[in-house]
Amino acid sequence: MHLDHYLVLSALLFTIGVFGIFLNRRNVIIIMMSIELILLSVNINFVAFSSFMGNIDGQIMTFFVLTVAAAEAAIGLAILVTFFRNRATIDVEEIDTLKG
Amino acid sequence: MPVQMPDINLGLMLPEILVALLAMALLLLSAWYGKEGRGTIGWMSILGIGLTALAIMASGGSGETTFGGMFVDDQFSRFMKLLLCVSTALPLLISLNYVREHKMDGGEYYVITLFSMLGGMIMISSGDFVMLYLGLELMSLSIYVLAAFKRGDVKSSEAGLKYFILGSLASGILLYGISLIYGSFGSVSFIDVAQGITSAHGHLSPAVGLGMVMIIGGLSFKIAAAPFHMWAPDVYEGSPTSVTALMGVMPKVAAFAVLYRVLLIAFPGLHDQWGPLLQFMAVLSLAVGSFAAIAQTNIKRMLAYSAVGHIGFLLIGLATGTSDGYQSVLIYLTIYIFMNTGAFALVLILNQDGIGDNLTDFKGLAKKRPYLAMLMATFMFSMGGIPPLAGFIGKLYVFMAAVKAGMITIAIVGVLFSAVSAFYYLRVVKYMYFDEAESPFSMEVSATSQAVVVLSGIIMLVWGVFPGSLLAWTETTIRMFQ
Repeated sequence: MHLDHYLVLSALLFTIGVFGIFLNRRNVIIIMMSIELILLSVNINFVAFSSFMGNIDGQIMTFFVLTVAAAEAAIGLAILVTFFRNRATIDVEEIDTLKG
Repeated sequence: MPVQMPDINLGLMLPEILVALLAMALLLLSAWYGKEGRGTIGWMSILGIGLTALAIMASGGSGETTFGGMFVDDQFSRFMKLLLCVSTALPLLISLNYVREHKMDGGEYYVITLFSMLGGMIMISSGDFVMLYLGLELMSLSIYVLAAFKRGDVKSSEAGLKYFILGSLASGILLYGISLIYGSFGSVSFIDVAQGITSAHGHLSPAVGLGMVMIIGGLSFKIAAAPFHMWAPDVYEGSPTSVTALMGVMPKVAAFAVLYRVLLIAFPGLHDQWGPLLQFMAVLSLAVGSFAAIAQTNIKRMLAYSAVGHIGFLLIGLATGTSDGYQSVLIYLTIYIFMNTGAFALVLILNQDGIGDNLTDFKGLAKKRPYLAMLMATFMFSMGGIPPLAGFIGKLYVFMAAVKAGMITIAIVGVLFSAVSAFYYLRVVKYMYFDEAESPFSMEVSATSQAVVVLSGIIMLVWGVFPGSLLAWTETTIRMFQ
């Protein structure tokens, strides 16, 4: 396997994640999944670079990113629950009380 | 095989350790106290921030590092941490009443504020991208929670959700940029990256440029610079006003400190690339800040757009790439903290009377409460950059630095946009002084809010006429970047 393969895979996942956030018009849960996808694509990048350069920093960074991603998901879901309690929907189109 | 432990000098981290211990102790205490004693938690956290500020002042700021260069303690970190303490303590002081009235004083409010301040402090002292990321996330995650703190309120939870989604996207972009930089240089330390750039002699892979742009993009989101400002008006409007007051200053201080570290320590060799990028974002922010704010009827939204405009001025200073420019940013940022907090303090005071956040709610304030109206006018004039107030000094130094660095067009554009933005600041003054009152304005002003507003007002006048102390202080701070 070549380093490029990993980088292309990670770039693809990153792009899918970003598009998932902007093109998705249905469900906030899908946005959360897209965010996870972005963070995981970054992890692939870090691990691939780390392994090909023989430098451990990237793998350590990956653990930090994984931990933070878990915290982020917890907080995101908690905020989503309060939103659902108030509006009884998690439709992306319905998040429009504040006009911006 | 024995593991070689690096030298760890925990003394350098004393302020951070203090804040962390304080936050955890207060969390336990608020559970212990039950419903009654919770008001004291707010006071304890403010006292704790005061203690932290003392610890920061006592620290040497000698440029020593610990944890293998991950944590830096220098003059710049000292200055920015003091600013961070001020920009957390002032919003807390003005929101004590608001928090109590809106039943948000479960103790967690203050604890989460302290944690976000801790994140900001870690960002300010970061010596590599790992610390930067961890500090940024600690700060941002805490502020997402604060934005959604009024659980039963539709607007607040929506603001939290929007901030969370866009903020996480920004962190993702920042991280991807960090991974590209790591892949190009094999290190996440700012100093190693700078060395890698100088030793490459201009033969850098495109990944470095892309990584740098993504890192700048992720950080611009945190300071709400256009084109990454879309979240600001919605989140400012929806969040509880006490949180908006905090959000307007605290994360910006931390994010600007990180921009200094990244641009001036990791990427000083790439100024030709990031200079024009920052200039572009500065002009765009100024345009958005000036024109979009005119159309607003909600004061929090108006202040959100005005904040985008102020960020435009700050970015001009940073884009110059000269020590004059860096100094002007610190001057402007310091003044901005007081003028923004002062304005939000008055919005919070009016809010107690059950009046909404509309601009028209300020109508006739001058006849009923002349002294509050005068202070609000001071902050509005200062934001508009009208002499002899401090806001003028901030703008003056930014423009002088821009002209010195040969960015004359940008300086002229900045002055023009500044004139446009004066329109909507003066409109508030017009409402207060020349329109008939629609509400009795019988609200009580708490002693703490009063103290903060008067202090900020005095500072506007003092620094507007005698900016000498601020100039000297920022100059010694910036000397390490020369």
